[in-house]
Amino acid sequence: MAKRIDVSGLTAYYGSHKAIEDISMTVEPRSVTAFIGPSGCGKSTFLRTLNRMHEVTSGGRVEGKVLLDDEDLYGPGIDPVAVRREVGMVFQRPNPFPTMSIFDNVAAGLRLNGSYKKSELGDVVEKSLKGANLWNEVKDRLNKPGSGLSGGQQQRLCIARAIAVEPKVLLMDEPCSALDPISTLAIEDLIGELKERFTIVIVTHNMQQAARVSDRTAFFNLAAVGQPGKLIEIDDTERIFSNPSVQATEDYISGRFG
Amino acid sequence: MSNAAIAEKRPSTLRGARLPKWSPWAIAAGSVAVAVAVGAGAGLTKVQWGLISGLLFLVATYGIAAKVEGRRQAKDRIVTGLVWVAFLVALVPLISLVWTTVVRGVKVLDIYFLSHSMGLVADSQPGGGIYHAIIGSVEQVGLATLIAAPIGVLTAIYLVEYGRGRLAQAVTFFVDVMTGVPSIVAGLFILSLMLIFDMQPFGFAGSMALAILMMPVVVRSTEEMLKLVPNELREASLALGVPKWRTILKVVLPTSIGGITTGIMLAIARIAGETAPVLLLVFGNRFINNNPFSGPQQSLPLYVYQQYAAGNDYAYDRAWAASLTLIAFVMILNLVARGIARWKAPKTGR
Repeated sequence: MAKRIDVSGLTAYYGSHKAIEDISMTVEPRSVTAFIGPSGCGKSTFLRTLNRMHEVTSGGRVEGKVLLDDEDLYGPGIDPVAVRREVGMVFQRPNPFPTMSIFDNVAAGLRLNGSYKKSELGDVVEKSLKGANLWNEVKDRLNKPGSGLSGGQQQRLCIARAIAVEPKVLLMDEPCSALDPISTLAIEDLIGELKERFTIVIVTHNMQQAARVSDRTAFFNLAAVGQPGKLIEIDDTERIFSNPSVQATEDYISGRFG
Repeated sequence: MSNAAIAEKRPSTLRGARLPKWSPWAIAAGSVAVAVAVGAGAGLTKVQWGLISGLLFLVATYGIAAKVEGRRQAKDRIVTGLVWVAFLVALVPLISLVWTTVVRGVKVLDIYFLSHSMGLVADSQPGGGIYHAIIGSVEQVGLATLIAAPIGVLTAIYLVEYGRGRLAQAVTFFVDVMTGVPSIVAGLFILSLMLIFDMQPFGFAGSMALAILMMPVVVRSTEEMLKLVPNELREASLALGVPKWRTILKVVLPTSIGGITTGIMLAIARIAGETAPVLLLVFGNRFINNNPFSGPQQSLPLYVYQQYAAGNDYAYDRAWAASLTLIAFVMILNLVARGIARWKAPKTGR
């Protein structure tokens, strides 16, 4: 059920400002792809174009093609809401819904979409929480508010919420940057398990993390502040970290950047 | 030489002389005592006593603190003192108002007063009550809320969640203008409509004028509350494939419902005390009229005005008792609003 993403000639704008320019890449199903690069180079913007969240920002628009198993996400008649059901997202800061319990948070996607059977809801919540390695920690307090959990637990709750709607692709925007090393490890282990079922794209500033969790790594860079970000190269993670084909990548990875 | 001896030789740069904890209270007590002595001696009024003690307190605080602790600490203390004095000055009219209303209002305030109308009681006689005014107030304010609250909340949702460009700017501008509309003008506006259609005064006409006054307040407060909802929650919901309208309905509104309710309750409290439009449009009535859509009605602020204008002791007592009822009504609304806000607030407990 995981799907392939095929991006060609993608350019994204914020109003008149061009944020990323002419990006093309392929993301294989059931793999983990990491995006690395300096701040402001457009990694997150690019990630958000993959489930049409970019246009939620005022002035955001996109040119180019994003094919999800041969269907263009930006084609005519495509419903962005339907796209986001297929391509889920986990954000940098854990953001459980503060008015909802742990159970309701996980069930939110199904409930708010209105497409569920009451009898199945409990099973889906349990399966998703188990999938996010959170079940054992919260099974006795499913009715407590989700905001009472620790940061790492909250982030896993958000992952459970995202996988509960059974997306084909899971986008993660620096999911560990607000977490301690132990929670980070828990999330990284989780990513390793989730890639059996989903196509995963993860943005990270942590190069070791990219090396640990990803199969392929894409390096983004921008020529100067105010210039659009560009994809410098994408390759197998091992090659990127041992023998990248572009000098800039090597400079960035080895810390000689700038 | 040991370390301790060296430390003793050099004075610490981190430690300085401090006034004892009780010193502000002592200075305050001293200033009040001096002010009372001076005031009583020179035959000044109590307001002047208060002013003198306030000034004395500030000057004495600065002087003593500057002498003992240094100029920076003295400045800190004088600003703290100013904040306290301002707080007390602000409390004076509030307490005095509540006190006066309670003392004068309890004289005739009882179950009989709350459950009877003025009926055949003349303004110059004892007896009578405010039942008809309470009914009128509740119906007029209730209907006004039914009109203004939904329109106001929906307008705010439009402005925060959808509004872009010219239209949103225009709406914001007119909401601001409406906030400044004097209540008598809102009354005259509805009155001119009534004159066109040749209608007699009735309760709902007052409701419409009150709704005009209430709407901008609801829009403003709801707008602020919706803006407080973190964008991350909206994005989290949208990223789950939830349509925008359901995101607003199921995520944004529940998160801010406490604040929105408080805002609406405060707006109700504001219009519950309006007299001018009610005088023009509802006219006032000595008898019980339960139907807001036909015939003149009474309302609490209008009752207070009319009784006070009658100008005799019985009428004065009734006016104060009705004022006390009105204040209690508004206070209960506020307490309810706070209760709802606390009950509905996003939970954070573990």
